[in-house]
Amino acid sequence: MMATIDSALLFALTGCVLIGLGLYGFIVHAHLLRRILAFNVIGSGIFLLFGALGYLGAGQGTDPVPQALIITGIVVALSLTAFAIALVIKLAEEEKTAVLDAAKTAEDLHE
Amino acid sequence: MTGVIVSAFPAIELSIALPLVALLTAILIGGKLAPRLILAVGPLMMALTGIVAWQVAEGDPTRVELGGWEAPLGIALFADGLSSSFLLLTAIIMSAVGIVAMAGFDARDGETSRSYSFWALFYGMWAALNGVFLGADFFNLYVAIELLTITAVGMVALGGTRAAIRYLLFALAGSLAYLTGVVLLYAEAGTLDMSLLAANEGDASVRLVAGGLMTAGLLAKTALFPLHAWLPPAHGGAPAPASAMLSALVVKASFFIIVRLWFDVMPEAAGPVLVQLIGILGGTAILYGSLLALRQARLKMIIAYSTVAQLGYLFLIFPLSGGIAGEMPWAAGAWSGGMFHALAHGLAKAAAFLAAGLIIEALGHDRIDDMKGIARAMPVTVFAFGIAAISLMGLPPSGGFMAKYLMLTAALAGGHVVIALVMMAGGLLAAAYLFRPVNRAFSGSDIPEVAYVAYWRQWVPLILALLAMLLGVVSAGPYEFIQIGRAVTAEVGIE
Amino acid sequence: MNAAMPILLLLCPLIPALVIFFLREENDRLRTVINLGSALVKLLLIAWTLEGVARGVEFEYRLEFVPGLYLLLRVDALSLLFITLSSFLWLITTIYAIAYFRGSENLSRFFGFFNLCVFATTGIALSGSLITFFLFYELLTLSTWPLVVHKGDDKSIAAGRTYLIYTMAGSAALLLGIVWLEGMTGPIEFAGEPELDELSRLSLTVIFALCIGGLGVKGAMFPFHGWLPQAMAAPAPVSALLHAVAVVKAGAFGIVRFIYDVYGIDRVAELSLGLPLAIVASFTIIYGSLRALQQTDIKRRLAFSTVSQVSYIALGASLAGPFATIGGLVHLVHQGLMKITLFFAAGALAERRGITSIDQMEGAGRHMPLTMLAFSIGALGMIGIPPVAGFVTKWYLGVGSLQGGYTWVLIVLAGSSLLNAAYFLPLLYRAWFMEPAARPAGEAPGEGPAGLILPAVVTALASLAVGLFAGFALSPLGWATLIVEEQYTP
Repeated sequence: MMATIDSALLFALTGCVLIGLGLYGFIVHAHLLRRILAFNVIGSGIFLLFGALGYLGAGQGTDPVPQALIITGIVVALSLTAFAIALVIKLAEEEKTAVLDAAKTAEDLHE
Repeated sequence: MTGVIVSAFPAIELSIALPLVALLTAILIGGKLAPRLILAVGPLMMALTGIVAWQVAEGDPTRVELGGWEAPLGIALFADGLSSSFLLLTAIIMSAVGIVAMAGFDARDGETSRSYSFWALFYGMWAALNGVFLGADFFNLYVAIELLTITAVGMVALGGTRAAIRYLLFALAGSLAYLTGVVLLYAEAGTLDMSLLAANEGDASVRLVAGGLMTAGLLAKTALFPLHAWLPPAHGGAPAPASAMLSALVVKASFFIIVRLWFDVMPEAAGPVLVQLIGILGGTAILYGSLLALRQARLKMIIAYSTVAQLGYLFLIFPLSGGIAGEMPWAAGAWSGGMFHALAHGLAKAAAFLAAGLIIEALGHDRIDDMKGIARAMPVTVFAFGIAAISLMGLPPSGGFMAKYLMLTAALAGGHVVIALVMMAGGLLAAAYLFRPVNRAFSGSDIPEVAYVAYWRQWVPLILALLAMLLGVVSAGPYEFIQIGRAVTAEVGIE
Repeated sequence: MNAAMPILLLLCPLIPALVIFFLREENDRLRTVINLGSALVKLLLIAWTLEGVARGVEFEYRLEFVPGLYLLLRVDALSLLFITLSSFLWLITTIYAIAYFRGSENLSRFFGFFNLCVFATTGIALSGSLITFFLFYELLTLSTWPLVVHKGDDKSIAAGRTYLIYTMAGSAALLLGIVWLEGMTGPIEFAGEPELDELSRLSLTVIFALCIGGLGVKGAMFPFHGWLPQAMAAPAPVSALLHAVAVVKAGAFGIVRFIYDVYGIDRVAELSLGLPLAIVASFTIIYGSLRALQQTDIKRRLAFSTVSQVSYIALGASLAGPFATIGGLVHLVHQGLMKITLFFAAGALAERRGITSIDQMEGAGRHMPLTMLAFSIGALGMIGIPPVAGFVTKWYLGVGSLQGGYTWVLIVLAGSSLLNAAYFLPLLYRAWFMEPAARPAGEAPGEGPAGLILPAVVTALASLAVGLFAGFALSPLGWATLIVEEQYTP
């Protein structure tokens, strides 16, 4: 009994840790590829948390709705990631960098 | 007989399905035909959204469960007065943008990835917008708003990669915050369906945290101060037709979800702190955006910063709603004023961006200092910009004025003197920053040399601007219509 | 028909405005026909309305904005006074403007906005509720700006900017006052007695100051008059429009409306708001005259003269008491007729002989006798010499101030008359009695086309006529008396 509750809790906590790690990465790193990876880590954390919260208790199995939503969410996250990477590659081709330079953006706009 | 047929017509489902079909068609046919698709899709979408509006006006708010699957497993769509007004607004603006873009994104000089991808993104955006306005549960809204983000960022990327990536980073952070909120909400309530959530109060503190996370994520996508930094480069840098859609519609979509979330679904969880906080951010956005708009040297950047400011007004409905229930001959003044503002701003801002786009086509730039005499070269376009500006400033007769009047009376009646003064200051600042380009356009006595811009294209922004004006004259109909299915909180306030 | 009449009156200038915007520049004749035709039709409609109102018919049109808030157009005696004046002057100004602008550019734009201006003024006259008034009042601001900057040179652009800064700030104050008032009481219509008792004395005073101050900007009341002299950069027909037909009149008319139909004379008296307004108006009267005396440019002198003269209207309204009120109201018409005469004449002088400053006036009477005759009638009227219209105004204001116990106002009136004489008489003397300076040969002889001269003559005769026949029931004085009787007999 205790063990099963603990495993759900463990998944949930792992999810939270992943969210925290990802958040850290997202904020600290300037390199766009790292930021996109961090986004994926956070996403995985949220899905893990969501899945763990769907656990209904011993013998009752799990709520199917979160699982359906997680699958949808993974698809969305995947396509967003692909799109983001495409944009970063474009930036790298155009400017030989994968870091956003705020000053440069401002310059563009004011010519 | 016709009545029965029309009311049974699956207009709600089709208003999402048709743009998706158009998206696939545009990808398949490509080339010279893809731009012309709008000539068929535009009128069809207007008709479809017109039917949805008719169905809503006839009966009560309308709910559809796709394929007969009920919540929480199925996908439910839901239309009331507010959502069908936004559907109609979207149909009008997208059609107008599409018609102007037909010449800008054609394949006359051979097919380019630019002209090819524009139309795919365009229809994808349309479907996503309609999905947001019709969504009845928060997870489907998540999917719709992600599709919206991808298409919007794609549009921005047509103008510049850097602005697009910056936008994407904000949007990604926003998505994650929203998704976390959704997960918490599901854990608390066991459902994400709006009507099921609204039916039971649940644990207010968990809901506040969940709703707060969702709101924070959505605010990043709406670009409410201080999460606005991505908007000016994105909206100012994108091709003008894209800017028109982004400023007029895309930012409204996330605002729409925030209104649904707090006014319709869980008003009892909001609490005074959240309400005041959103109000303060809104007021700051008005002043900050306006002041920065004053300092811009380029027309599109002025319009973009103007969006930052104008979005602020929308969020003032949080502190302003309620407080004066029953004092006025009309009900829900502040809420209705906010919605009028959203609609009028959509029309006027789209008109302003489209007019700016045509000026860029004619002059090759949008530097205000070098726009002397453009009013003589392109009178219709400048006239359109002028009328749009009137609505944006909140001067009568316009939808913008009606919105401001309703919100101001609510503010003063409710004792929110500071908010009233901020709104007045915002109006004066808007007059100042919008006057600069118009003044330039009228000065000088020579007609400048400009590239040819077809006369009929200049009429499109004019029609949009006139619609914004009309909204302030024949406002009784739209006013009654947005009240259909309105939440009680719109009248008595949340808290 | 009764609901349609206000709409028809509004459509008279609106349709030509919209049509003319899209007329080709070369299409002179059609533009003229539309301009004059619509002005004539409007005068006919007004005659019809006058007859109807005399029979006691009510003309009213309502359009709902939101529940309880209406676009309300209504014909009452006060609106008829204003609308008759503005429509008559509109016709004359149009004739003048067509002659003035012959052969110049961007006329479709000009006459489009010109008609839009008249549309807004008509709307102001017909407004039956505060929100309707504000709507047309703002429309007037916006539609006059393109006229002020019509020439497109740096001076007009600067004038236009000043004009907008002043009027926008004024409108903001007015709007704040209106929403404050209506936020507390609900929408206010001019016909009913609004329930203002819920507001504290302080709020009522502040709202009064906001609204009258906001209206005072267009009414060119000190210290908000700065835009008016600068707007002289605009062409002469625009000056006529600003000074006589529309803009300053709209401000003065708004002040009268606000005092009579929103607050009511009794409440203004009870809050003792009349006296401060009377003091500001009196100060403006003297100040405007003094500044006019300093100007050497004819149009600028006339502009400061307007600053001074328009405040007679506010003075009349603020003194309360029937005679002063009649004096103020009737000056709405009188000032319009006299001032437009002066501007028409000044425009003709500048256009035909290049005369813009006072020391160029020598001999103008010999070269342009009709024009100068008209100018002289207008100037004498401004001074207050009977039987020209201005005399009637000053007489009623004087009697009214004695009635109300404001003896000092008499001094203001006398002082201003003296100052008027001091700045107009030298002009007349130069024009009629001094030898013309030698002029280079080969310039256009004669006074010029009838369209440029006759309007001034007609309005000069009209300002004589309204003075001479002031005793008739349908004269402006008779009409003003009727309005005031309605106010003072419950």
